[in-house]
Amino acid sequence: MDFTLKIWRQKNAKAKGKFVTYKVTGISESSSFLEMLDVFNDQLVTKGEDPVVFDHDCREGICGTCSLYINGRPHGPDDAVTTCQLHMRKFKDGDTIVIEPWRSKAFPVIRDLMVDRQAFDKIIQAGGFISVNTGGIPDANAILIPKADADSSMDAAACIGCGACVAACKNASAMLFVAAKVSHLALLPQGKAEASRRVQAMVAKMDELGFGSCTNTGACEAECPKQISIDNIARMNREFLGAKMGSQKKKVVAGGF
Amino acid sequence: MGNKLFFYSSITKKIVMALAGLFLISFLVVHLGINLLLLSDDGGAAFMVGVEFMTTNPLVKIMEYVLLGGFAIHILIGVIIQIQNWMARPVRYKVEGYSHLSFFSKYMIHTGAIIFIFLCIHFTNFYFVKLGIVSPPEGVGKEDFYQMATLLFADRFYAILYIVLMIFLGFHLHHAFQSAFQTLGLNHTKYTPFIKTVGTIYSILVPLGFASIPLVFIFIR
Ligand code: SF4
Ligand code: FES
Repeated sequence: MDFTLKIWRQKNAKAKGKFVTYKVTGISESSSFLEMLDVFNDQLVTKGEDPVVFDHDCREGICGTCSLYINGRPHGPDDAVTTCQLHMRKFKDGDTIVIEPWRSKAFPVIRDLMVDRQAFDKIIQAGGFISVNTGGIPDANAILIPKADADSSMDAAACIGCGACVAACKNASAMLFVAAKVSHLALLPQGKAEASRRVQAMVAKMDELGFGSCTNTGACEAECPKQISIDNIARMNREFLGAKMGSQKKKVVAGGF
Repeated sequence: MGNKLFFYSSITKKIVMALAGLFLISFLVVHLGINLLLLSDDGGAAFMVGVEFMTTNPLVKIMEYVLLGGFAIHILIGVIIQIQNWMARPVRYKVEGYSHLSFFSKYMIHTGAIIFIFLCIHFTNFYFVKLGIVSPPEGVGKEDFYQMATLLFADRFYAILYIVLMIFLGFHLHHAFQSAFQTLGLNHTKYTPFIKTVGTIYSILVPLGFASIPLVFIFIR
């Protein structure tokens, strides 16, 4: 298969970027999107040009490192997959493919298609620790957890922190990511001890980093490769409201009401 | 600058906005109830009884200020959030928005702005007249809302504008209704589908109810 690629090229964080149009030829329809870019980069290097920089690591949809905003959709035209799992057979031979980096104030472009997603790490850090007993391995059933809660928690924990939710959202809001992280702990007894502090601190950090506010458009849920549901956002709103209403007058957590 | 204007977190702002919005939603039902009295063919007698009640009852008078506050808060926070959201994506996409999402949710600030413009016109036509800031039309008392409404709807241009506006109101409400519940964290596998259905029915029936009045005035009277 042959394609026309319109790719965002930007030398570094400070430089002004622009779209450059390229041709790529001889792509197998069963190659992944990233493999297509590998072949393309080979062709570029042979011509003596700089390869296109993009993020990737596991290439099996579990690490959340790959990104790319492809033809108007994060992780491209397929549902519930990451870019590394997107196959070229999802495109038609001769298609023009526009490839952009995630666009968000909180995710500045480092180079070409690679963005800095440290903002997510900072939110996780703000969430802090959970209290557990050290020592011997606890008995499997020592803590009783309803199956439904364990399942919902597991679903939320499937978030790989890729940032597609931010990329898809018209408000560049990180609510789905933060909600997933708040939810998977809030649903379990192990997460209860710090639940109130955690949700307040994580939301405060999210606001501070310049992500937008959720307007419940549902774009994040539609584009999330792990199909995290916006039910988690409602849960976080609930957790947050409860935590703020019940918190003491003297502040233990940074951030306002 | 972070997303913490006025020192309130993004979620608190949204919760306050949602509460104000739900209050406005409940007010619309009352407003519609009184407006529908215009349809009874008694030269406005029933309608004026409703107006009389709304302008003299002390509780309603207090609610008038709550209502104005509700509008102000909803609009103010809405605008602040929108500006912050625009700032959250300084560089826009070249190919934008092919994600599947609820259509009307994309245009809340736009439909909101249209409703706001209508609100200004509406206030000039009625509320400010009542307050005595704007003088009523020739030969009409400043609380004779029946005459004012009849005169306005007699103007085809205004009547059509009014109907078109109600369509936009419906668009706004369609997303707003269920969105408010989601923001308040009121989400449940059993009740959320019900809330969404009620929201859809509300967003069709209420604007339709309002729009039916100029339609009757144009085609039947
Ligand atoms: S919620 Fe989904 S889209 Fe957002 S970071 Fe997690 S996995 Fe990616
Ligand atoms: S490279 Fe790990 S998820 Fe795509």
